[in-house]
Amino acid sequence: MSDDILIEAHNLKKHFPIRGGMFSKGGRAVRAVDDVSFFIRKGETLGLVGESGCGKTTTGRAMLHLTRPTGGNIYWKLPHDLRKKLSAMEDRRSRAEERLMKERELQPQDLEDIKLRRSLYRLPGGDELQAVDQELAKFNKEHSLEGMDEERLRLMRKNMQIVFQDPYSSLNPRMLIKDIITEPLLVHGVAHGEEMRERARAMIDAVGLNPEHLYRYPHEFSGGQRQRIGVARALMLNPELIVLDEPTSALDMSVQAQILNMLNDLQRNFGLTYLFISHDLSTIHYMCDRINVMYLGKVVESAPRNSLFAKPTHPYTQALLASIPVPDPAKKKQRVPLAGEIPSPANPPSGCRFHTRCKFREAICETTAPPLVRVGEDHFVACHLCNGS
Amino acid sequence: MTIEAPQSSRFIDDFKAELKPRLREFRNSLGLIRENWTAMMGIVMVLFIVLMALFAPFLAPPQTAGDPMQIPADLSLPKPPFQEGLPLLGTGGNGIDIYYGVVWGARTTVVTSLYVVLTAALIGLVLGGLAGFYGGKIDEIIMRFTDIFLSMPALILAMAIASILTKNLENMMFALIIVWWPSYARLIRGQVLSVRENTYVEASRAIGCKRNRILFKHIIPNSISPLIVSITLDLGAVALVSASLSYIGFGVGPGYAEWGRMISDGQRWFLSTITYNGVSYTPWWALVFPGLALLIFTMGCSLIGDGLRDILDPRSRRG
Repeated sequence: MSDDILIEAHNLKKHFPIRGGMFSKGGRAVRAVDDVSFFIRKGETLGLVGESGCGKTTTGRAMLHLTRPTGGNIYWKLPHDLRKKLSAMEDRRSRAEERLMKERELQPQDLEDIKLRRSLYRLPGGDELQAVDQELAKFNKEHSLEGMDEERLRLMRKNMQIVFQDPYSSLNPRMLIKDIITEPLLVHGVAHGEEMRERARAMIDAVGLNPEHLYRYPHEFSGGQRQRIGVARALMLNPELIVLDEPTSALDMSVQAQILNMLNDLQRNFGLTYLFISHDLSTIHYMCDRINVMYLGKVVESAPRNSLFAKPTHPYTQALLASIPVPDPAKKKQRVPLAGEIPSPANPPSGCRFHTRCKFREAICETTAPPLVRVGEDHFVACHLCNGS
Repeated sequence: MTIEAPQSSRFIDDFKAELKPRLREFRNSLGLIRENWTAMMGIVMVLFIVLMALFAPFLAPPQTAGDPMQIPADLSLPKPPFQEGLPLLGTGGNGIDIYYGVVWGARTTVVTSLYVVLTAALIGLVLGGLAGFYGGKIDEIIMRFTDIFLSMPALILAMAIASILTKNLENMMFALIIVWWPSYARLIRGQVLSVRENTYVEASRAIGCKRNRILFKHIIPNSISPLIVSITLDLGAVALVSASLSYIGFGVGPGYAEWGRMISDGQRWFLSTITYNGVSYTPWWALVFPGLALLIFTMGCSLIGDGLRDILDPRSRRG
């Protein structure tokens, strides 16, 4: 593992508009991912964990631009000097925004509205905001995935792949396994003919299947075997990043372990970087170097594995960890109960999104959204109460 | 099974290895059809008509030069079937040879149905596929256009189109294609809309497939099984509708080997009485034999279609 950052998300947002019919033109949307920033270092495994509906899958898909993010940017292998330039620009923008907000008494959500933003430019002092916004737009057009057209994005896909959750629907039932796993080579024109077949045989071997499996249809395989095929397909182009979207949650326990071990072996052999998405904390603990805990479209805590499991800081993380079942009926655990349901991401709570279920909540939690603050080595938390200590 | 092979015959071996699972799937499907006895009966019925169409020149050789589709006629009163020295199935109005008409009429029906259904299906496949895949404005335009055609009763629309064109078989087929493709476009669009939600379509995007490849390699092959069922069922339906159009006078002229036309010509004699060799008859044969042929073809298609639906329905498929 090195300090080289492979891919980073800056203020990633994905909102799904709610269509209410022909006549309602409300701007309502499900905020599946709302202003999430993180990075993945080369060779590490970053875990994304959270309840269902917290936006972890959407984050993974937006990272690969399988869905276009509503806002924010993804940068792939940004060089050092450019990253410095980018953060300087982002600093300038947030300063300019802050000043305007203070002068005009605006709410953070007002800044999201494009029309309002345009009108901000015309205010006194708005010219600086406009200048930095333009500079950023130019920068992103060149360096962010968002600035890429369809064709460049298609070529980028050689570098980043995904393994899907459901092994039953992720393989085309009308294609032979051979055709499924050689398709990436074919569409990128990387190899053909005998070389392509040779690579297919090598890869099917690497994921623990036999060459004769190449000439079968997906329905002839079990779930675990299908997931191996899905991994083989993702690896064919020698990508550097693989998004693993709950790759084991549809499998039996024993098969899960096999697949996880295989993924670890492959990571070592191929030098892969993983974004591992799961709701299963024990799997996360087994696989990941660093972990991001998500709640309602936000990252609430980000920490290295050991530090997170030893010292969970955000109340939500504490509750999650306390919910891991212990196979020992005699052992009474101290429970940190999570009251109530997860709120709707279409209408998230104001301030800290967790305040409706948090037993430590205070007045500030209901009004102000807490920023991610550093509390230890690589350990960040978004909670008003955890800042000092 | 091994796929290791000497260098020289690698290509052939790979080809064989690839063929094997496909044949296995095909045999499995074939086995499923064999178990379905109604479908087997349908196959026999359709095969009977198709063979008749194929071997018409041998079954009923034309006596004179000229268009073989014109039924030979001796311009006399109808004569009963199964009489020595007479055509096998008797003769109808104008003395047309019923046996000849039924045999060559099979050609008309099979060719018309296949041509109409396949053309309409192709148009529907392309338009419906594009509408479902691209969505948005393209979808809106194509589907509203489709709705215009679907909003009119098919038979009436076909009659209207046929009536403004010259009465012949080609124009009748054209009219039928015009009224038939919208339902295929609908069917395919719906199918594509559901298939494109499958993860393997997203996976194909993730590995970097171009849009056309996704549509034609991943979505269409998984969308066509209901189309195949529909095509089989519609072969019979088109045969029936084109016979109806001929029956009411659109389509082919008198004396042409077409079952609908023969039924309508035969019907005129159905309530009269003729005498042959001192025995009086009601000439039912001029009406019943072409009708029977039509029934066999239509019913055969329906039975096969139902059987195929059982087999192609993903819920009843293995694995």
